[in-house]
Amino acid sequence: MSTTEILFFFLSALAIFSAIMVLISKNPIYSVLWLVVTFFAISGHYILLNAQFLAIVNIIVYAGAIMVLFLFVVMLMNLNQQNEPQKGLWMKVAGVVSGGCFLMVFVSLVRQAVDLRTKVAMTTGGDIGLIKNLGRVLFNDYVVPFEITSVLFLSAMVGAIVMGKKD
Amino acid sequence: MPIQYYIYLCLVLFSIGIIGALTRRNVIIVFMCIELMFNAVNLLLVAFSKMHLAAASVSDKASTVGSDGQLFVFFIMVVAAAEVSVGLAIIVMLFRNTHSVDINFLNRLKN
Repeated sequence: MSTTEILFFFLSALAIFSAIMVLISKNPIYSVLWLVVTFFAISGHYILLNAQFLAIVNIIVYAGAIMVLFLFVVMLMNLNQQNEPQKGLWMKVAGVVSGGCFLMVFVSLVRQAVDLRTKVAMTTGGDIGLIKNLGRVLFNDYVVPFEITSVLFLSAMVGAIVMGKKD
Repeated sequence: MPIQYYIYLCLVLFSIGIIGALTRRNVIIVFMCIELMFNAVNLLLVAFSKMHLAAASVSDKASTVGSDGQLFVFFIMVVAAAEVSVGLAIIVMLFRNTHSVDINFLNRLKN
């Protein structure tokens, strides 16, 4: 096995394990921390695919900003196991069965796809993930969505302030 | 790396997100599972963009054919950041009114 394959399987196992730990942790703080581990594993996958800009943005925006916001909210509410609401056992079984059915349907779909059998994703090569190329495409072809994004952020900021205000 | 490996990995992560959103009642955990589903889709978009680049760079070495997929991931992250700020404001407001993060309290919205 080459180094790339070893790294791929290690990062995949880490991502899946920590995603499962997000679900089965009783304490919400542990869930947030396991989700940060998942995001770091996914950033490792981005580096493996030579998408360096997205790897850094994923760490800064997701693992840095968004998860710290989650952590603030969880700590603000002072949650712990005692007042954690639980669903009934049958609801949990039904949720797991329906998620498993979803997984089974799509896995069988991918297994039957003839087109995908010969395709490979290029790892450790290709320069499209570097910021030089992405910046050129962003400011040439995607200027209008970029500007609309600023309006979206303004409205999200106004909405968060209005809803967070004590009335 | 064959593209199927990435598809299977992202399907497993997405299914874990779905199972979490269906089985937990804590609003914050449900919200985190939605973030997990976002990330699974992002990883698949990047993998597919590199798949198209691998197919195109056989004939043209300086091809930039998969750039759009990676920019979509960038925009998805931007929209997710805006969504999280508004969603957490809603959760804080819910907690202030009901003193609980139980998602079943939102049942009363239907009356």
